[in-house]
Amino acid sequence: MSLLTNINKAFDHRIRLGIMSILMVNEYADFNTLKELLDVTDGNLASHLKALEKEDFISIEKQFIGRKPNTRYSATKIGKKAFKDHINALERIINKQK
Amino acid sequence: MKSKDYLQDLSEIKHLMNKSSRFMSLSGLSGILAGIYALIGAYLGYTIIYRDNVISNDGYRTLILDGKDIINIVLIAFAVVTLSIITGVFLSWQKAKTQNESFWNSASKRLLINFLIPLATGGFFILFLIEKEIYAFVAPLTLVFYGLALVNASKYTLGYIRYFGITMILIGLASVWFLGYGLFFWALGFGVCHIIYGALMHFKYDRK
Repeated sequence: MSLLTNINKAFDHRIRLGIMSILMVNEYADFNTLKELLDVTDGNLASHLKALEKEDFISIEKQFIGRKPNTRYSATKIGKKAFKDHINALERIINKQK
Repeated sequence: MKSKDYLQDLSEIKHLMNKSSRFMSLSGLSGILAGIYALIGAYLGYTIIYRDNVISNDGYRTLILDGKDIINIVLIAFAVVTLSIITGVFLSWQKAKTQNESFWNSASKRLLINFLIPLATGGFFILFLIEKEIYAFVAPLTLVFYGLALVNASKYTLGYIRYFGITMILIGLASVWFLGYGLFFWALGFGVCHIIYGALMHFKYDRK
């Protein structure tokens, strides 16, 4: 049993961690909001969103605002739980090494 | 990854959570200026109201004001509010620009909506009271509703705003208790408290 048990591989990247952080405190966020907050390129963001979606950590909702397509993302229950576990694991590691 | 990286992860998570849900560019300086406008306004109001009326210790008093005075007081109040809003928007916009945060984003929209719901409720409530010629509660209620609006908005901006709001509510309630001294409580709340909390925010957040 190692301390790393709850460290989630899916969050092992700055941008994925960032996406989840934003979706934890906001009901939803659209693509452009995420892009602006994380300061990343379209392609980069899209690939990380896809990875999180594949894990069922986020859900995607496509809609139209006027005539413009708008995609918004929200964290799923599974995603929120996984993220919390991940944070707790990080905190445990840090406390152990103090 | 080393623990140093994990620490950095955690601080970045916290930063993103704040940045995405709270409007952090609220200017403390604009609070100080709004307080100064309010004090000037209160002083001008004082010279009008107490020109022909003396402050007595009889508690609740009847004020004798003619129509022209009332118009002047309304104009002063309107000028104070307008100047405060313009200053607040302009300085926060500038602060957002220097901090590289966008001024009109989902966080600032949420801040505004949640601030305006209690404030507009109070605004209409007070207008209806004035329409029914019940003037005594106007000053206390502006303080109470402004305080409630601040507490409600505090979830979407700097945490200090919450304590500011609670202070305003307490001053408003005290003002109901000591009815008849509304202008003084008004000067204390909108003037002095704005300056104190504005200065706290300015020194804590603005000068980074």
